[in-house]
Amino acid sequence: MYDDQIDKIIDKYGTEKGILIQVLLDIQHEFKWIPKEAIKRISERLKIPYSQIFRVASFYTALSLKPIGRHLVRVCVGTACYVRGAPRILDSVENKLGIKSGETTSDGKFSLETVNCLGCCALGPVIEIDGKYFGKLNSTKIEKMLSSCN
Amino acid sequence: MNSLKSPSDLEKLRKDILAKKDPKRLAIAACVSTGCQALGVQKVLEAFDEEIKKQGLEGKVEIKETGCLGFCEKGPRIVIYPEEVYYFQVKASDVPEIVSKTLINNEIVERLLYTDPVTGKRARYLSEVPFYKYQNRLLLESNSKIDPKNIEDYLAIGGYAALAKSLFQMTPEDVMKEVKDSNLRGRGGGGFPTYRKWESSRNAQGEPKYVIVNCDEGDPGAFMNRALMEGNPHSILEGLIIGAYAIGSHEGFIYVRQEYPLAIENMETAIKQAEELGLLGEDILGSGFDFKVKIHKGAGAFVSGESSALMTAIEGKVGEPRPKYVHTSEKGVWDKPSTLNNVETWANIPLIINKGANWFASIGTASSKGTKIFALAGKVNNTGLVEVPFGISLRDIIYKIGGGIRNGKKFKGVQTGGPSGGVIPKQHLDSPVDFDELTKLGSMMGSGGMIVMDEDTCMVELARYFVNFLCDESCGKCTPCREGLKQANIILNRIVSGKGTEEDIKKLEKIAEVTSVASLCALGQTSANPLLTTLRYFSDEYEAHIKEKRCPALACKELVSYYIDPEKCQACMICHRNCPADAIIGEKMKVHVVDQSKCIKCGTCYDVCPPRFGAVQKLSGEPVPPPIPEEERLIKRARKEKRS
Repeated sequence: MYDDQIDKIIDKYGTEKGILIQVLLDIQHEFKWIPKEAIKRISERLKIPYSQIFRVASFYTALSLKPIGRHLVRVCVGTACYVRGAPRILDSVENKLGIKSGETTSDGKFSLETVNCLGCCALGPVIEIDGKYFGKLNSTKIEKMLSSCN
Repeated sequence: MNSLKSPSDLEKLRKDILAKKDPKRLAIAACVSTGCQALGVQKVLEAFDEEIKKQGLEGKVEIKETGCLGFCEKGPRIVIYPEEVYYFQVKASDVPEIVSKTLINNEIVERLLYTDPVTGKRARYLSEVPFYKYQNRLLLESNSKIDPKNIEDYLAIGGYAALAKSLFQMTPEDVMKEVKDSNLRGRGGGGFPTYRKWESSRNAQGEPKYVIVNCDEGDPGAFMNRALMEGNPHSILEGLIIGAYAIGSHEGFIYVRQEYPLAIENMETAIKQAEELGLLGEDILGSGFDFKVKIHKGAGAFVSGESSALMTAIEGKVGEPRPKYVHTSEKGVWDKPSTLNNVETWANIPLIINKGANWFASIGTASSKGTKIFALAGKVNNTGLVEVPFGISLRDIIYKIGGGIRNGKKFKGVQTGGPSGGVIPKQHLDSPVDFDELTKLGSMMGSGGMIVMDEDTCMVELARYFVNFLCDESCGKCTPCREGLKQANIILNRIVSGKGTEEDIKKLEKIAEVTSVASLCALGQTSANPLLTTLRYFSDEYEAHIKEKRCPALACKELVSYYIDPEKCQACMICHRNCPADAIIGEKMKVHVVDQSKCIKCGTCYDVCPPRFGAVQKLSGEPVPPPIPEEERLIKRARKEKRS
């Protein structure tokens, strides 16, 4: 079912060498995860063994082998955010969503991840919800942001 | 625009662009980098759009969206030209006033100027703001002048002149000599002389040769490269093309972590525009020199910032390092000679070519030349990007530029070099910042993260944080790094939870020694730094955790208890309402008590207790006093009311 979309992504790169990671990132971007079928199709098209693709997909943090929720919440736990209270922010998000980092809520609404640095260190603690960044956080603000997600 | 066929075409275009620019034209420059976006700059820009129309200035004001201006703490920051008025922490609601006063009547909105927190004086000019006053912004200054999505802006400030000069007035050997004489050292962390890397690739056998920009910036707490690539992508590109010309390379890669979408977008635009103008691609400016470049997005792995790992990632494989008996400059991407430099290193090249090696070498210390950008973050008042000449003291960066420690707390240490660096304590604050001095202190320059810590940061917990980070990010290929970090992590976890033994310190030292000597790549080799520096400078904190089961910084969850001082509690119910674990027993007019058996030590009560009461306290290394008898709990406010 994914073949057409995957072919389209691969064709974008033509005959360039070393495109596997770029293709996987594009697939992640499009489907929000890397389905098994996608790995199979890439394997056929790029003539790379399934096992090797699986290894790459499981090595990099930006690639997910599980489907994720409708909203992706990423809590930055980089050093700067860390010393400004990121662990507490993470605790508070985990409490509110009832899941741990790396999990998805049972209704499929939220997925929670930690990330090592979003590069907004001056504004820590920072979280990212669906690609939007929020800085200088505290637990009250989080409550509001999470409840505004539908 | 037509493709440029010669340096004179370039100069003519530059003249045309400058002629079009009216120096008296009203313009607003707002930083739209990731940081200011998180602070809501988009709303401010929308408000400007609307208000400019409403107040009849449509078509008369140019709105420029620029890269990072450095002072993230006080963002969103805007500049109004031609008068160069700098406003800080601008909100959408300030916009109507800015338009009517500053744009129309040329008046200053005083309250939006920078106010000195000590003297209360407002700064009309940027040079009066201490955060900027002590910097030397050779690379970052351009960020405020250009729209990164518009090559014309870069050309207007002299962009690509260094490229034209290299291609037409200099041989590759001349460029090499200039870089050698400048003494430029790599800004990515190790401080390896740039010239030597280039020379090694240049002399190596094999075609094609590759040049690579490293914008993996995996160090948590560092965002210098993001700011440069978002704010001034052409400067990096220009440096890269000049380097390629000197080395004899015709193909390059720009490796950017996917966590930086805006940097990727701006670099893609920059490449496209440079190609259209004939500044990139075949026969650049009619010189006969060809060079093409591709962006490779990194998929998120700290170890991939290591040069050999990054090159494997470019090949589309798992980004693991390999032994470097043969240097990557000789055998890198697909076993071809590959020169990899950090974003900041490349961005320095056009400056060196334009102004000369002597000028560059006149800035800095004997061993470290030029300026360095640091990401100043953590518990310091003025967080943001800071560009300073090498040789400045840590104290000057933290106190003069950074404005000292937040909330009047005491300075404890500054962490440089990311997870591979170390923590420098206050007795070394006067050390000059350069590659070799920081190494002497047990830390390293790293790519430029500088995280300031105050008395509330526990150094054992910090060491645990870094070791845990590195343990996660270790690729697992070599045993000392994989197993050493894992064991160190277990021991540190034991110590922060109060279960450490005195033997643990010795074990940690032993592990640190083996990991640093026997690991395959720099990740493992430097992984001991956070551990060793904290052991060296903060041994008393380790001892308190082990011997007294006490966390002096009151930070380690398992060693801290929360307690409500019955003398101070005003029974306001705020902590009771906010406690996620229902661990606070209390009602109106009745002193609250923390039920220690239910408390999850989240610290919410400590945060929400109004500062004027300050009733919630953290205790460590001592038993929590028993709750006061039930009958005494009631009287608190009654007593107070009686008194008044």
